Amino acid sequence: MAVTPARRKSPRRAQIEAAALYPLDWLEERSGLVGAIKYFLFRRVPRDTSWAQTLGSASLTAFLVQAITGVILAFYYKPDPDKAYESIQIITNDLTLGWLVRGMHRWGASVFIILMFLHMARVFLYGAYKYPRELNWIVGVLLLTLGMAEGFTGYLLPWDQTAYWATVVGININGTAPFLGPFIAQFLQGGAAIGSDTLSKFYSIHMLVLPGAIAGLIGLHLYLVIRLGVTSPPWSPTEAGRERAPEPPSTNGREGLIRPSGRGGSNGE
Amino acid sequence: MSSQGEKPHVPPPSLWPIGFAVGIACILIGLVVSWPVAAVGAAIAIAFGFLWIRDVTGSVREPVQAVEPETRRVADTGGAPKALEGREAMPPMSEEEIAAYPRSTFLSAATLGLGGVIGGIITVPVLGFAVLPSFTNQKDQSVELGPLENFAEGQFVIATYLEDFEIGEVTRRTVFVRNNGLLEDQPSFTILFSRCVHLGCPVQPNGLVYDEQKKTVGEKRVDLTPSLVTGFGCPCHGGQYDTEGNRTAGPPVRALDRAEFSIRDGKLWLGQFYSVGNVESTGARARIKKYDHATPGVHVDGPEAWLYPVEVPG
Repeated sequence: MAVTPARRKSPRRAQIEAAALYPLDWLEERSGLVGAIKYFLFRRVPRDTSWAQTLGSASLTAFLVQAITGVILAFYYKPDPDKAYESIQIITNDLTLGWLVRGMHRWGASVFIILMFLHMARVFLYGAYKYPRELNWIVGVLLLTLGMAEGFTGYLLPWDQTAYWATVVGININGTAPFLGPFIAQFLQGGAAIGSDTLSKFYSIHMLVLPGAIAGLIGLHLYLVIRLGVTSPPWSPTEAGRERAPEPPSTNGREGLIRPSGRGGSNGE
Repeated sequence: MSSQGEKPHVPPPSLWPIGFAVGIACILIGLVVSWPVAAVGAAIAIAFGFLWIRDVTGSVREPVQAVEPETRRVADTGGAPKALEGREAMPPMSEEEIAAYPRSTFLSAATLGLGGVIGGIITVPVLGFAVLPSFTNQKDQSVELGPLENFAEGQFVIATYLEDFEIGEVTRRTVFVRNNGLLEDQPSFTILFSRCVHLGCPVQPNGLVYDEQKKTVGEKRVDLTPSLVTGFGCPCHGGQYDTEGNRTAGPPVRALDRAEFSIRDGKLWLGQFYSVGNVESTGARARIKKYDHATPGVHVDGPEAWLYPVEVPG
């Protein structure tokens, strides 16, 4: 292909680039992962997207912050009625940077919930829940519910008076549900009253059951976003849901992260 | 397989799995509540499981001729119903061609079925372990509250104790004990449980509490504090109760829970908690209708109680 001499790279530079790209080529040839990530990251979006469409990514980021800080807090937290409160005090007051990570987790929980509500409001106001995206709305509502369940189970873990009695009240609110309510309450507290089983049960639900479910549903949520595309705002001059323009033909085989396979040398050879 | 997306091959919706799930749920509930319920659940699960299996394996068990149109060649020409009509006109197929599809169907059904059985064998006990210990393995409490002389007639004594020393402070319970004097030569006590019957917060005594007269009695080291209580109030949502535990204000839906008592060797022992609807009259002459100890916020009498038909064991 025609490349002007002024843009031609030196052989040495081409060699370095080829060497740098080799691992990616190696990975792509065996897994197709690079292409998949490219497909995921470099999607076509409507021209009139704005900051409002970033609230979903912001919620995802908040969840990732919760996941990472939570895993590290679990290094030091002890879900035992005699030690839980004390271990939280140690995390907050004694361990280096413990106050910061616990603070991130504690305030990040509120940020996560708030961002999910803002994201939900954006989707509602933009009409982005309409056909064919109804299923993604449903998945989103499940994610919101699970996120709030994370808040409920996590609230008990500091094991102070507020945590204890707020959980008593929360469990008993569950208990007033018709028919199964009393059974749900007794299951949650692991007996006729809150005890040591309640703490470990809530800890397990908080750090294993719910995050796993949330991660899986986030995968489904993102899959549907990628499959169905980003919605234009209702006031968009371009018609929403129009056919995608065909991909422009590749000019040099080097756009994005990687060359298509089967083309050996670097640009300009 | 190209034929799988077409309508005639999609199995019709079946209710059998739902019946099967109901049966399993009945078994789990029955293990907690009573054995007859579990037996009924088992019968339901077996019956619906059989129907389900019969339904799922129907295509496999039918004679080979019935699935003949499902061979790849026929499906490619445009669906089963049409193929059925044209069956006579079709060239005879080799035996291999006829057998190929049913065998693969059988193998996938067998794999799914076996996988389901293995999954069930693993899942049912694990789910049982996740749920059942909350309802079984529950201990009966029996706490000694000390000699009867500690309880002056007509006054509430605040008794607080640890239900389980090993678990510790989280099992702290408080009851309000009042000696009602003698009724027909039998001692009478009113013992109110401190947990608010709105949503379970600890109600506080309204009135004088003689903290300096606190003493500790018995094996369980129960703290007894005399008081001049004129009622009880809950700090969480403002529920108020009179000295019989009847609601006077706020959101509670019934009167405060009570505890049974017994007297052994001149000492007062605390028994099981129970729930009451509304208490008429006062003191030793109070008329009480007892119900099993219910979750706070749950009605035990009146039409609202119909929403909670099954007693929670444990």
